[in-house]
Amino acid sequence: MSKLLSEDFYKEIKKIKPRYPTNQALLLPALHLAQKEYGWVSKEVMDEIASAIDIPPSVVREVITFYTMYNLKPVGKYHLQVCTNISCCLRGAEDLMHHCEKKLGIHAGETTRDGKFTINHVECLGACGTAPVIQINDDYHENLSPEKIDKIIAELT
Amino acid sequence: MSFTTPQGVEPFIVSKFFYNKEAAALDYYMKHDGYAAAKKSLAMTPDDVIAEVKKSNLRGRGGAGFPTGMKWSFIPKQSSVPKYVVCNADESEPGTFKDRAIMTYSPHMLIEGMIIAGHAIGSHIGFIYIRGEYVREAEMLEKAIDDAYAKGVLGNKVLGTDFKFDLYVHRGAGAYICGEETGLLNSLEGKRGEPRVKPPFPAIKGAFGGPTVVNNVETLAAIPWIMTNGGEAYAKMGKFPNSGGTRLFCVSGHVNKPGLYEFPVGSVTIRELIYNYCGGILNNRKLRAVIPGGSSAPVLAPHELDIPLDVEPMMKAGTMLGSCGVIVIDESFPLVKAIRVITHFYAHESCGQCTPCREGTRWMEDVIYRIENGKGTLKDVELLSNIAANINGKTLCALGDAAAGPVASFVAKFRSDFEDLIRGGHNA
Repeated sequence: MSKLLSEDFYKEIKKIKPRYPTNQALLLPALHLAQKEYGWVSKEVMDEIASAIDIPPSVVREVITFYTMYNLKPVGKYHLQVCTNISCCLRGAEDLMHHCEKKLGIHAGETTRDGKFTINHVECLGACGTAPVIQINDDYHENLSPEKIDKIIAELT
Repeated sequence: MSFTTPQGVEPFIVSKFFYNKEAAALDYYMKHDGYAAAKKSLAMTPDDVIAEVKKSNLRGRGGAGFPTGMKWSFIPKQSSVPKYVVCNADESEPGTFKDRAIMTYSPHMLIEGMIIAGHAIGSHIGFIYIRGEYVREAEMLEKAIDDAYAKGVLGNKVLGTDFKFDLYVHRGAGAYICGEETGLLNSLEGKRGEPRVKPPFPAIKGAFGGPTVVNNVETLAAIPWIMTNGGEAYAKMGKFPNSGGTRLFCVSGHVNKPGLYEFPVGSVTIRELIYNYCGGILNNRKLRAVIPGGSSAPVLAPHELDIPLDVEPMMKAGTMLGSCGVIVIDESFPLVKAIRVITHFYAHESCGQCTPCREGTRWMEDVIYRIENGKGTLKDVELLSNIAANINGKTLCALGDAAAGPVASFVAKFRSDFEDLIRGGHNA
């Protein structure tokens, strides 16, 4: 069967393996690497990870469902995660969320038809002093206002 | 990333290099006496290092405030399995954003602290467990670690001595509970981040079954200063017994200048912090509530602001200093909504192991939601206190208490806000 994960994935796993005394400790790093390649982690990829690090597939399922960062279905090219925890709410996060939903024409949890944007609520991102905050893929965007997020979205479109 | 720089506040310890983009580089850190404390410590016996840290009265900066030197002294001298130094960089308590700044501007201060901790407890492996969302910060740490290896600061011969210390970054994947130290250790081992039954404590059986010390980023970043200047000098900064040094306060919410402020611990009251340093309340509105130590801390009313920011005074006032995440709420934001947002978070993040927390957090959220939407009854207010009391102290880890304390305190201190909504009044 042909492999779904890249050479780089296997190289990286081989590189970090000596750090840990158990195979299972490689699971979170492996899931991050896999998600970087596909944007989400499919059941087929989970099974390949299980055999790559030699742990039961059931353990991969058990663990991946515990963590919020692993996407169990495809997300858009740009994944907007709007913090709606307390410090961001105090600084207008709910309005910002509604603004983004209206702007993109989707609700939280949905992806635009062109597959470009997904929007989601997220819990505290740890950047409360610069609230409100949206994480887009790997980057934080802070001190946001509807105008600022419009500009950011325009640049991504 | 932008922060408000506090003016004229001395001394800076962990915020010494904040906002200076060059300071993260190893060369810069070396030029500013970087790794001198590690060199000094490596020439001392591990027992002497621990004694110095004990003398400093450094208490854990993650939230629980446990004395660091004592924590280190619990690690057995002899161990048949490897011992570990684990840095808790999960920074998941809402309202807290200090560790991110330390990792951004002073990654080497943290690395140096970990080397010293490794020497003190006889460990040769360290992990920095960083929350998954901090992607850029993890990259910065990786870069700092690579540079440290290249310069012989990490590896088989740390700073030219016979001490070996390897250090790795391990990313979390989105789970508040992984900030709890045994949840963190399970997550590091590739498991669900569910807290463990204690004992055994991590000092005896921690990461991968080995004796493990878990310290917060800010705690470890304070270690180099302590070893350079002496524990006594650090202890002397504190204004209350058994609590030394400085703390980084993370101020968010309705203040004019949110940001990070480093002060000698206990030297500033909540009122002084808000009005003298953070520029007071936004748009001159009236302050209604302050959550002083991250969203887990019981709320304080406007007449309770003259409390010094330290562990003991906060405890006496029925709340906690926690992670120093000071969340300020003014009159424009409905308090019932505030506690609903907070309770939603704990319901979302409950790992589900303990029934009182798993069921109770969701139940409280439901009750608050119906009160907020005008569908509550006066009995619901009692019900909230009742559920909170039945979660508190009845769970394996502190998440249960973290969810119960805020609800109980909002009900106790702002009961009329709940009752007004029930009687069909407006959001006060």
